[in-house]
Amino acid sequence: MKKILVSLAAAGLVIAGAFGAVAQEEGGEAAPTHFPLKAPREMSWSFAGPFGTYDRAQLQRGLKVYKEVCAACHSLEMVAFRTLEDLGYSGAQTAAFAAEYTIQDGPNDDGDMFDRPGKPSDYFPSPYPNVQAAAASNGGAPPPDLSLIAKARGIERGFPQFIFDIFTQYAESGPDYIHALLTGYNEEPPAGLEIPEGTYYNPYFNAGVSLKMPPPLSDGQVTYDDGSPETVEQYSQDVSAFLMWAAEPHLEARKKTGFRVVIFLLLFAGLMYLTKRKVWADVAH
Amino acid sequence: MSEGHSTYTPKTGLGRWVDARMPLPRLVYDSFIAYPVPRNLNYAWTFGGILSIMLVAQILTGIVLAMHYISDTTLAFGSVEKIMRDVNSGWLLRYLHANGASFFFIAVYIHIFRGLYYGSYKAPRELLWILGCIIYLLMMATGFMGYVLPWGQMSFWGATVITGFFTAIPLVGDWIQQLLLGGFAVDNPTLNRFFALHYLLPFMIAGVVVLHIWALHVTGQNNPTGIDVKSKTDTVAFTPYATVKDALGMVVFLLVYAYFVFYIPNYLGHPDNYVLADPLKTPAHIVPEWYFLPFYAILRAITFNIGPIDSKLGGVLAMFGAIAVLFFVPWLDTSKVRSAVYRPWFRLFFWLFVADCILLGWLGSRPAEGAYVLMAQMGTLFYFAFFLVIMPVLGLVETPRRLPNSITEAVLEKNGGAGGQPAGVAAAPQSKG
Repeated sequence: MKKILVSLAAAGLVIAGAFGAVAQEEGGEAAPTHFPLKAPREMSWSFAGPFGTYDRAQLQRGLKVYKEVCAACHSLEMVAFRTLEDLGYSGAQTAAFAAEYTIQDGPNDDGDMFDRPGKPSDYFPSPYPNVQAAAASNGGAPPPDLSLIAKARGIERGFPQFIFDIFTQYAESGPDYIHALLTGYNEEPPAGLEIPEGTYYNPYFNAGVSLKMPPPLSDGQVTYDDGSPETVEQYSQDVSAFLMWAAEPHLEARKKTGFRVVIFLLLFAGLMYLTKRKVWADVAH
Repeated sequence: MSEGHSTYTPKTGLGRWVDARMPLPRLVYDSFIAYPVPRNLNYAWTFGGILSIMLVAQILTGIVLAMHYISDTTLAFGSVEKIMRDVNSGWLLRYLHANGASFFFIAVYIHIFRGLYYGSYKAPRELLWILGCIIYLLMMATGFMGYVLPWGQMSFWGATVITGFFTAIPLVGDWIQQLLLGGFAVDNPTLNRFFALHYLLPFMIAGVVVLHIWALHVTGQNNPTGIDVKSKTDTVAFTPYATVKDALGMVVFLLVYAYFVFYIPNYLGHPDNYVLADPLKTPAHIVPEWYFLPFYAILRAITFNIGPIDSKLGGVLAMFGAIAVLFFVPWLDTSKVRSAVYRPWFRLFFWLFVADCILLGWLGSRPAEGAYVLMAQMGTLFYFAFFLVIMPVLGLVETPRRLPNSITEAVLEKNGGAGGQPAGVAAAPQSKG
């Protein structure tokens, strides 16, 4: 019986391998149809793993990069100013930050819309009045909102990596992707690959060989107050971490709660196991 | 095997008063305390209880989520994010609910495969099995509609693709699709009726679960040997024996569930569902939730016309047929022996079938192109051959191994042949699966 199973399993593996090889070959020819061309590099994030926490200084730097660079085109409409206290700012600092923005409010008692300084309860205002305007200013493709981008992007890991990811708790494919995309502009396209006019080659882009977003970051573009290197690499890491926070603001509470829940359930399971053994001790089964 | 005449007498005067007027305490006592269960049940039998708590957990988290959710295409996505960001413990409720659906399906698949392995569908448990199939169908409908509610890209395009299946049905197909959608495309009426049905169906599931458990308590549980209970020594009382074993199974299951909820809550989801639905932008690959993937692979495996049936209708028929065939399993299996433990060939094909389902699931997540299509066709062929050819034929040609005379004998043989067994009886090398 066992022998039959083993030989069948072996045969199955051989067949699957052959199919896999065929599939690989088919993918190798002609113009690429599967994106991204290169898998993103796995970065080491402070918020990864069972005890992961956000690095407050990094989030503050990331916020600065978002505000001074990304916000020119990308909205962050689900993030309220009040939540910036999570980044380590005081209530007064948050209020001052919000007040730098102009928010359209109204209508007032005369029926007119009016502008006022932002309050902590406001959300990040969008750079464009509507999607059509955003698309028109960006060659037809509106820049996506960034509130959830760190969870809305992720490159498929493939078999068997996706099995290992369960045990390593890999849940950072979003920030890995953002970081890879932001740092991936300086590579030369392979010879013969056609890059459409008005687009920029980036082998890490998930929907084509190139994208319409020009390389957004350059060294020294954003001034850091804490002495961190002012490089594209550092900016990319910081803004990716910030966007992960924006997408998953309760990540720390989740992991902290999870640890307690898992410890409780482990102890409970141990006690149940001992109880079960005692109850069944006198019954052969 | 049914508990027979109840011997329950409430201890208190109040208990006797209630019992004489409405014997609910007696029902509970007879069903969950004195109820006899086979003494040799293994941990695969704990999944019935696990499924019950998953159903309750889904209903409880779902009701609270519904208090914050807005079923309007312009507000749904934002309301879910509001739950994630601003509702107290909203992130926990939503992740429990979303992962709870997946773990509900993990449990139900183990439960179904356990039934297949030990022949739990055979007489006299045909109705029990069919009621289970109905629950599974209702679960699929509930899961599918629930996935539409967050109104992400996969919600919208999944709904578009799946409701599109119905247009393949001749004559009435378009009418059915429009009835499902409440219009000509997935839009606000679709979202609203899906929300209403997503709230309704779990209670229908709960109703059928009551019937399922009722039928179970009439026929009694099957067991790893597949032999009927013959004497009192074959069984133990539900409490404490089954309760404590079920409780252990539940806690371990909850542990795995908690691991996903708290550490990798989006592992089983798709990133595209964090993008607001856009009817003008089709995602690169539309994939359903993982628990539908084998059926999705079967659907897409039919790439050829069969006589008057075009490939689209053929795919839909194959997909629905893959579920419908489950209802006929009690009569497709011709073997007199229930448990695969005593059927070496059935056991082999059973495990090949499990591998086939996993392979089909993986293929369902791949684009339908190149070698994947051929593999999916092979997988589909084996899926149907298992039920329509292997099951009926194997029962006629296979020679089962010697069956023990009773559950007690099987248990004692396994525990080293003690207990006054004749010396000549070889220990049955059975496994507990």
